[in-house]
Amino acid sequence: MSILVNKDSKIVVQGITGSQGTFHAQQCLAYGTQVVAGVTPGKGGQTAVDGQVPVFNTVSQAVAKTGANVSLIFVPPPFAADAIMEAAGSGVELVICITEGIPTLDMVRAYNYVNAKGVRLIGPNCPGVITPGECKIGIMPGHIHKPGRVGVVSRSGTLTYEAVGQLTALGIGQSTCVGIGGDPVIGSQFVDILKLFNDDPDTDGVIMIGEIGGTAEDTAALWVKENMEKPVVGFIAGQTAPEGKRMGHAGAIIAGGQGTAAEKMKIMDECGIHVVASPADMGAKMKEALGL
Amino acid sequence: MKVHEFQAKQVLARFGVPVPKSGVTDSVDEAVEIAKGLDGSVSVVKAQIHAGGRGKGGGVKLARSLDEVRQHAQAILGMTLVTHQTGPEGKLVNRILIEEGQNIDQELYFGIVVDRATSSPIVMASREGGMEIEEVAAENPDAILKEQVDLAVGLTAFQARRLAFGLGLEGKTVNRAVKLMLACYRAFEETDAAMLEINPLMVSKEGDVLALDAKMDFDDNALFRHRDIAEMRDLTEEDEKEIEASKFDLNYITLSGTVGCMVNGAGLAMATMDIIKHAGAEPANFLDVGGGATQERVEAAFKLILSDENVKAVLINIFGGIVRCDMIARGVIEAAKNLHLQVPVVVRLEGTNADEGLNLLEESGLGLIPAKGLAAAAKKVAEVVKGA
Repeated sequence: MSILVNKDSKIVVQGITGSQGTFHAQQCLAYGTQVVAGVTPGKGGQTAVDGQVPVFNTVSQAVAKTGANVSLIFVPPPFAADAIMEAAGSGVELVICITEGIPTLDMVRAYNYVNAKGVRLIGPNCPGVITPGECKIGIMPGHIHKPGRVGVVSRSGTLTYEAVGQLTALGIGQSTCVGIGGDPVIGSQFVDILKLFNDDPDTDGVIMIGEIGGTAEDTAALWVKENMEKPVVGFIAGQTAPEGKRMGHAGAIIAGGQGTAAEKMKIMDECGIHVVASPADMGAKMKEALGL
Repeated sequence: MKVHEFQAKQVLARFGVPVPKSGVTDSVDEAVEIAKGLDGSVSVVKAQIHAGGRGKGGGVKLARSLDEVRQHAQAILGMTLVTHQTGPEGKLVNRILIEEGQNIDQELYFGIVVDRATSSPIVMASREGGMEIEEVAAENPDAILKEQVDLAVGLTAFQARRLAFGLGLEGKTVNRAVKLMLACYRAFEETDAAMLEINPLMVSKEGDVLALDAKMDFDDNALFRHRDIAEMRDLTEEDEKEIEASKFDLNYITLSGTVGCMVNGAGLAMATMDIIKHAGAEPANFLDVGGGATQERVEAAFKLILSDENVKAVLINIFGGIVRCDMIARGVIEAAKNLHLQVPVVVRLEGTNADEGLNLLEESGLGLIPAKGLAAAAKKVAEVVKGA
C-alpha cells in the first residue's frame, strides 16, 4: 500500500522535548503513528508528550529498548547534522530530518556518512513522509490526506499540501507523500523516490513537484523516460522567479542562467511527464492521466 | 551572504593566499595616500560593489600617476555603477580599493562551489581567465578542469597539481599555484563559504601567482559560527525591504508587478506568483510568512507589501495545515484594521476550518474578498487589479 513507511513503522523522535518536537510528536501519535521513543541528550529516563513517550539519551539506547526503525529529527540547525549521523549510526533504516537551516558543509558530511552506512535519508528542510491511513511521520496536516493509489514527491511543504488537497477533493487518495526537502544538499532525490513508486504495486501514478535551482528534476525526467511505467504529472514552482535570488528555500535559486523553471519543464515534457503550467491543475491532470 | 572584493581578499590573505598590496577607502585624499604607499608606478582603482562586470561599467581604472589616482577616485566614488549584474538602476559606489599594478603574463580562472548533483565541493580551473565561468561552460565546457573533493580529506595536493599542470603551468609556477589552491580550499571550508571565485587568477611575468580579483559568498546558515564574517555584511548593498523582512523572519523579495502576495511556505509562494502570471497579472513580490501566520507576522508582512507603491491589490494565500484557518482569518482582520488598508485584498484560505475563516472575513466589513481555490483566487485578484 505504500513506500518507505507503513503502520508497522516505529518512530524515535530526536529533539522530542523541544517545542516543535513535542507538538509534532503529539500530532503524529494522534494520527495513529507508533511513536515509540524520544531522544534528548541529558533527559534520558524522563517521559515526553504527557508521559506517552519514553525519552533516552542516545538513539542507540532508544533503538535497543524500543525497536524503533525510523528516526524523525527536530533538532536545531547547529546540531542537526550530528543528529542525522547519530541516527544513521544507531541502527534505524530511515532518517527523516525536518530541520531547516543546516549549514551546507555539515550536510555534505552527514550525507557521506549516511550513504556509507547504507541508510536512507529524507530531507532536511522537508515536511516528512505520510502513508495516509497508516502513519504520519512529519509536520504535514494529516486530515487533508486520503488513503489511495497516487504517490506525491516534492521539494516543497505547503505546495505538497496543495497537491494533496486537490487530489483528495477529486476523490483520489494517496499511497505515500514524500517531501524531499528544499535544501541544496538532501538525502534522497526525486529519482530515488520515483524508483520506489515505480516498484510499488499499490501506486498507479505520481505527482512530482519541483522548483527552480539545481538539476534534480532534469535527472529525474531522464530516468522517467527510460524506466517509469506509470504516469507522472509534474509542476515546477518559480516560473516567475528572478535570477540570482534565493526564493525562500536555500536550494531555490537560478544561478548563472541555470535551473530555470522553463528549462526543467521543457526537459520533463520531452521525457513524457504530464507537465502543468498552473499549480491549480495538478490534481485534475493526474485524474486525466489515470483515465479516471 | 555576499561580501566585497576587499573583504574576500582579507579572508583569503588570512589563509595564506597571495593577493596584491592594497588599501580600501571612501575618500579621494586617502586614495592618493594609499597609492603613495604602494610599490611600482602603476596602481588600479576599483569600485567595491556586490556585482560583477565592474570593469566594463567603468568601475575599474588603471592609474599611471598619483594625479590619475585622484582623477579616477573622484570619478568612481559616488558614481552609480551599472553592470549586467546590477540591473538598470545600478549601484552606488561608496568605497574603492587602491591596488598595486601587476606585470600580468597569464589570466586564469579558479573557483570552488558545492555541487548539488554530487553533494560535494568541486574545484574548478580554466585558462579562460577574465571570462565568466558560465559563459565558458556554455561555449567550451571542456576548457573547465574539475576536481571533486572528498570533504573528509579536503582538496589533496595531487588534485591541485593535476589542475596546475592542466592549466599548462610550468616550473616554479606549478608549486606556487598548488599552494594557492590548497590555501583557497582551506579558506572555503573553514569559513563555510558557499562560493569562492578568483577571476582572474594571475601569473606574473616573474612567475608569481596571485589572486587579482576575489569573490566570496558565505553560507547564511553557518554565519552563527563565523562572527567575524557576519560582521562584513554591508546593508547598503541590500534591498531595504528585504532587510526589514529579515527582522521579522519573513522571506521577502521585491519584484516588478502590481499584485502583492502573502503566502505560507516557499514553494506555495512561488507557485502563487506563477498562477498570478497565468491569470494575466504580475506579482509584486515573493513573500513567505512561514508556518505560523500569526497576527503579528501578518501585520509585518502587510506593511512590507504596502510599502511598495506599485502594489494595486494583495493576494493572501494560506494553506492552513495544522494552524486553523479561523485563527489566520482573525490575524488578517486585526492586521487589516490596524493598517487602514486602501487596496483590495483577496484572501484564499484552505485547510482546517477554511469555511469558518472565510465567513469571518466576509462579516468583517473590511472589504476583504474571500476566494475558494487557487485558480479562482488568482483570477479574482487579476480582475481587481485590472479594474483599479
